[in-house]
Amino acid sequence: MSFCWGTCWTFVAAATFFALLLDAASLVNAKSFEDVRCKCICPPYRNISGHVYNRNVSQKDCNCLHIVDPMPVPGRDVEAYCLLCECKYEERSSNTIKVTIIIYLSVVGALLLYMLFLLLVDPLIRKHDAYTQPLHNEDDSEEMRPQVDSGLARGNTVLERVEGAQQRWKKQVQEQRKTVFDRHKMLS
Amino acid sequence: MNGGGVGKPADPKEDPLLGLGSFEDFNTIDWIREKSKGRDRHQKISNKRKESLSALLLSISYAFSGWLLMLLVGLMSGAVAAGIDFMTRWLSDMKDGVCLTSFWSNHGHCCATSRQNTFLERERCPKWQSWSLLITGTSQGAFAYTVDYLMYMFWALLFAFLAVVLVRAFAPYARGSGIPEIKTILSGFRVRGYLGKGTLIIKTMALVLAVSSGLSLGKEGPLIHVACCCANILCHYFTKFRLNEAKRREALSAAVAVGLSVAFEAPIGGALFSLEDVTYYFSLKTLCRSFFAALVAVFTLHSINPSVSGHHGPFNVNFHAGWHPVELVPFILLGVFGGLWGALFIKANLAWCRTHNSTRLGRYPVIEVLLVTALTALLAFPNVYTRMSGEELISKLFDDCSLFNSSQLCGHQQPTNTSQTGTGKDVAQWPAEEGLRMASWQLALALPFKMITTIGTFGIKVPSGVFIPSMAVGAIAGRLLGVAMKQLAYYHHDWLLFRGWCSPRSECIAPALYAVVGATACLGGVTRVTVSLVVIMFELTGKREHVIPLMAAALTSKCVADIFGRVGIDEALIRLRGYPFLEPKVDLEHSSLAKDVMRPTKSDPDLVVLTQDGMTLGQVEALVTSTCFSGFPVVVSRQSKRLLGFVLRSDLLIAIDNARQWQKGVVSASQVLFRQHVPTQPPEAPPYILLRDILDLSPFTISDRTPMSITVDIFRKLGLRQCLVTRNRKLLGIITKKDTIKYMMQLANRDPNSHLK
Repeated sequence: MSFCWGTCWTFVAAATFFALLLDAASLVNAKSFEDVRCKCICPPYRNISGHVYNRNVSQKDCNCLHIVDPMPVPGRDVEAYCLLCECKYEERSSNTIKVTIIIYLSVVGALLLYMLFLLLVDPLIRKHDAYTQPLHNEDDSEEMRPQVDSGLARGNTVLERVEGAQQRWKKQVQEQRKTVFDRHKMLS
Repeated sequence: MNGGGVGKPADPKEDPLLGLGSFEDFNTIDWIREKSKGRDRHQKISNKRKESLSALLLSISYAFSGWLLMLLVGLMSGAVAAGIDFMTRWLSDMKDGVCLTSFWSNHGHCCATSRQNTFLERERCPKWQSWSLLITGTSQGAFAYTVDYLMYMFWALLFAFLAVVLVRAFAPYARGSGIPEIKTILSGFRVRGYLGKGTLIIKTMALVLAVSSGLSLGKEGPLIHVACCCANILCHYFTKFRLNEAKRREALSAAVAVGLSVAFEAPIGGALFSLEDVTYYFSLKTLCRSFFAALVAVFTLHSINPSVSGHHGPFNVNFHAGWHPVELVPFILLGVFGGLWGALFIKANLAWCRTHNSTRLGRYPVIEVLLVTALTALLAFPNVYTRMSGEELISKLFDDCSLFNSSQLCGHQQPTNTSQTGTGKDVAQWPAEEGLRMASWQLALALPFKMITTIGTFGIKVPSGVFIPSMAVGAIAGRLLGVAMKQLAYYHHDWLLFRGWCSPRSECIAPALYAVVGATACLGGVTRVTVSLVVIMFELTGKREHVIPLMAAALTSKCVADIFGRVGIDEALIRLRGYPFLEPKVDLEHSSLAKDVMRPTKSDPDLVVLTQDGMTLGQVEALVTSTCFSGFPVVVSRQSKRLLGFVLRSDLLIAIDNARQWQKGVVSASQVLFRQHVPTQPPEAPPYILLRDILDLSPFTISDRTPMSITVDIFRKLGLRQCLVTRNRKLLGIITKKDTIKYMMQLANRDPNSHLK
């Protein structure tokens, strides 16, 4: 299940592109009913109780005259009544939100699975290989160099290249971790 | 001075050999060399323009590659920021409950589609179920409260745990806000991996989790880091930017502008912030490009995440209040408060960083994060204002009282009688009832809580920013002051202070404006930016009449904060972490000369030089491999020490390599020549190796009696990497950028060995 960052990156890039595409498509198509809304709140007026009106109109038409229907006051009071009302326009794209959430949860899930794999399964597989210790902090980076050299000498097939990439990435993360977590001179 | 010249193409297989994380390993770039390389390339391409159609197209695409890159950076950052926005809103509401009809909606969206049409019950929302309602079937009572409490803490701890574990396992560089490191990178240093793909992915994921866990941190700083990662990744696809480090840093400054613009949906403010705070070498061309990229990003963000009318950016600022000159006094008071908060925050946070690293807690980052989250969640739940996220809190505080806003802050009381008339604004004029009084007490308790948790949270090992918490602190303080002023004006409207402009039934004081001014003051106190901050807040409120109070508060807070310390949070963190950053704004008061700082000092061995002729290939190779300098001066002869030029280590290594591979008959005894006129070669001697081409014949030199203040200025303004010190054309020594930085640190009485070893 090990995959190198290149694959991960292309997956995420493709997913982002897909999300953008989907959103563009949703912009072009008509929005679903709940995605566009104009909400008007009218407080109590004389002997008329307060009311809330919701309708699916565009931003231009989002005002008291278009939304409040039927108008509870006679013609000459409409202006006074409408002055009390407040209208707000809301718009969102639920499809994009759904897609984004699905992508995000899957990426987080994949990363967590990968981490579990590195912690549990990888040491078992690599028990015969005395060099590698995936997530432990090595204090001496000198030891890592012979590993890299021997790794590179092995060959150029796809699997070996993936192995090489994974080794390089692990080394980078270890260096970063050393810098940030271990050297207490680099505070916090 | 470690290796790392730019001319050598980076071989990916050699990456693991470059160590990271020590002062000596922050490789410096040479701005002048990069810029001249860029100019040469540009000239070469435009000179070939007339040769063929493909050359013409190449030159056009070269000219426009900068704009294309900005477009792509804007698109990518806007999309990523929109995704972060959706995710944060959804996840942070998950702590409170779920929406039954659509799992993907957060609280606001869920309730927005509810069909409650009665005025009295317009706040009821049956589709949104809190956890207590789901689990126990009721939302009233002590048991339901406990269930809510426990679920809140559970989710908060889970999110924080996931965030810190992701950061620790995959990309430790993703912790913190990232602005100090980006400032160091922009000033001319290279940190490998800081702006890479892994960091981008992990930062995005962990940021959402960290913000949703209820910790007192914001996402503005990390968004800047995310945008810079996007720019760095996209630079790889453009030769103009991939090969040239100076141009890449121009793209990175534009990315900083993009990052802040998508955080606040304020493109002008973002571009100005990049200019004022983060960028080191700024050019007008970069300003224009930053603005373009910020525009594209905000447009992308806006089209993916369309906003409610009047609601731009993360906060819902939509009030129509004006202000009276008398109110400048409380505004300036808020400025003073902001400055004090800024000074307090910087000192306290840095002290906390220093002490906790020496205790055992610093060695267990996961446990530390969990502890901080547990404490925050434990204390935050009881108070409704601390329970909500920072953005939501600021939105509530910035919201003026209207029919849509029926929070207790407006002193609203449900009308018991439907025959009562009045608008939302009238209702807000009534004297403080129970609701307003309780809200004020809750806010007053929230203020110290927020201050303490922000000080303790900023700097833990998850992506964290300091903008939103500081603004929250300021907004709380501002709103409280506004409410107090309003009550004062109501009860004592016959005082000279209020007579004439504040009659009882008119709306003269808007606490929401005080909240905005307070937020500006506190953020200004922490970051010490003035102009860009005012522009950002102005873009948030959209009202021209608010500019003067905002400016007054921002300037006051900067002045007050500067009394206690000269630098903002970012430069303070740079100093704390010991990054090699040549501070652009600190003046030198010491009067020393270049010869006091140059190397070799009296105790060092002599300067390592190459001579114009007389050195064999073997000697040169031995010299290069036995030292780790990144360049060598070339002199005419060891006796006269007259300077000829400067040669870079990387260029030398490539040239030697090429000579050994391609030139026939080259052995270790071959002579290496830097002369212009090659002497005739004796027939049996091995061929000469001519290296005049790689020699820089015009290295920067200063006299040994140049004052250090001028020298530091030269390094700052020109972006030099090293400078040779001569006297009467005799080479005496060399000063590098890092020597200058160490000297500045010594002057400031900071231990120069406290920087990263």
